[in-house]
Amino acid sequence: MAGYLFVAPQMLGVLLFVLLPVGLAIYYSFNTWNVFTGEMTFNGGSNYSDLVNDPQLPKVLLATLIFSGGVVVLNLSVGLLLAVLLNRRLPGVTAFRAIFFSPVVVSVVAWTLVWGFLLQDNGGINGLLSVVGIDGPNWLQQGPTAMVSVIFAQVVRSVGVNVVLFLAALQGVPRELYEAARVDGANSRKVFFGITLPMISPTLLLTGVITVVGALQAFAQIAVLTQGGPGVSTTVLVYYVFQQAFEFNNIGYGSTLALMLLSFVLVLTILQWQLRRKWVFHEE
Amino acid sequence: MKSDVLVRRGVWYLALAVLCLPFVVPTVWMVASSFKPLREIFASPPTLLAKNPVVGAYSEAFAFQPFGRQYFNSVYIAVVVTVIVLLVSSLAGYAFARIRFPGRNVLFVIVLTGLLVPSETTIVPLFQMFKRAGMINTHWPLILVTSFAAPCVLATFIMRQFFIALPLELEEAARLDGLGRVAIWWRIGVPLSKPAASAVAILTFMSSWNLYLEPTVYLTTPKLFTLPQALTRFTDAYGGNMWNVQLAGASLTVVPVLLVFVLAQRQFVEGIAHSGLKG
Repeated sequence: MAGYLFVAPQMLGVLLFVLLPVGLAIYYSFNTWNVFTGEMTFNGGSNYSDLVNDPQLPKVLLATLIFSGGVVVLNLSVGLLLAVLLNRRLPGVTAFRAIFFSPVVVSVVAWTLVWGFLLQDNGGINGLLSVVGIDGPNWLQQGPTAMVSVIFAQVVRSVGVNVVLFLAALQGVPRELYEAARVDGANSRKVFFGITLPMISPTLLLTGVITVVGALQAFAQIAVLTQGGPGVSTTVLVYYVFQQAFEFNNIGYGSTLALMLLSFVLVLTILQWQLRRKWVFHEE
Repeated sequence: MKSDVLVRRGVWYLALAVLCLPFVVPTVWMVASSFKPLREIFASPPTLLAKNPVVGAYSEAFAFQPFGRQYFNSVYIAVVVTVIVLLVSSLAGYAFARIRFPGRNVLFVIVLTGLLVPSETTIVPLFQMFKRAGMINTHWPLILVTSFAAPCVLATFIMRQFFIALPLELEEAARLDGLGRVAIWWRIGVPLSKPAASAVAILTFMSSWNLYLEPTVYLTTPKLFTLPQALTRFTDAYGGNMWNVQLAGASLTVVPVLLVFVLAQRQFVEGIAHSGLKG
């Protein structure tokens, strides 16, 4: 009996604030919302056929793919590079670790505001570039550089968490393995790909899942830095859901898009979980 | 041989120094620029430190909108949420790890689904639910959803992992002394779980502190705003950003998170030292 009482608050919370709303979102996705009367009318799945006919949606999905893909690839590779660089005992190493983690302490919106400030046409980045004689672009006002900017700001803010996780994993690799490899005459590249990478692969999987799901949910960064623009070049799915539901009052269609986002997260998580047998090394 | 090592160290320091630029420059620039008069902010070539530091932007931040009130809102909501999450996740995590009851695994999987559902999926229905309950333009949605949805589920998972790893003997001794479940959880489990609890506290505080979509959707009255929302409202009559004021406000938002990190980190170390986990 005690067990049920102990888990009851968490259980009720999940039912009321996660599962019930998901159920309602499914219900809304089959209805049209009348903004004036607040009534729902069943529309036989026309929100779903709208998905196919929405001329914006392919662009939004492409932006989502580029943003999430870019963030994940950079987050994992830069995170791993920094962790390897920081995984030694030299004076000042803890200070460097603190520096790479520090953006996590700055709130998302504050961090994004500063980048918006630095990336303006007459902002700090272009100011620094002009010192060395480069005429920098108006970063946030052109499609390609706007996307590069949001990806960069997001990676720099969030990679510190991955660095900490990777460092912990690197320090967990038994030293004997390295010594044995050295004795066998393996060079550092072989040691890295033959020992380090397989040994930390469970952590790579975990951070991979967390980073993908996090990138798919980045909202404040887009809303503050580019508002999805210019055009729809940085309108990722999350931002599109917000626009449809709360700016254009398309509750039904917004819910349909929201469910699409949920299905992406589910599919990616399950996929990564299934693939773990293929590439995650287990000590046996 | 010796010089070879020195060169390698030099390369290591140089690489790190270059790599850390994008990580420090924005924060330093943010704080430094908040002390500059507006015209100096866009000076070309850019200056790092203000020539004649002024604190005008800070007082302007508090005069422009109820910034003190908004600051308090963010702090109190994050504290309340963190306390609730610590309690709820500690109870649930303990039960999922240590109490055997039918359906335990099924219930745990149901709870875990809370981690997979993006908050953007549930925001529209939640908005309608809270509207019906008369809670729009109050802090209730921010407190309730954060306290029970994804951040709490993650916390429950962390607490469960922690309690699973605790030695059983500690509890058996307590049971022989005639303590009940609740007493064992409160007197043995909770004090021992400080290291996990401080991790949970940091994560929960941060996720409440960073909420942006939710306050944007639920709150319309400026004095109810939280900090992230308030920061984006420092704009002049033409919608242009009041950069110096915005950067002053943004600099101030760093303080509580820094404090939480410093406090929780000490707890973390103490927790390990006092809980007998070390040896």
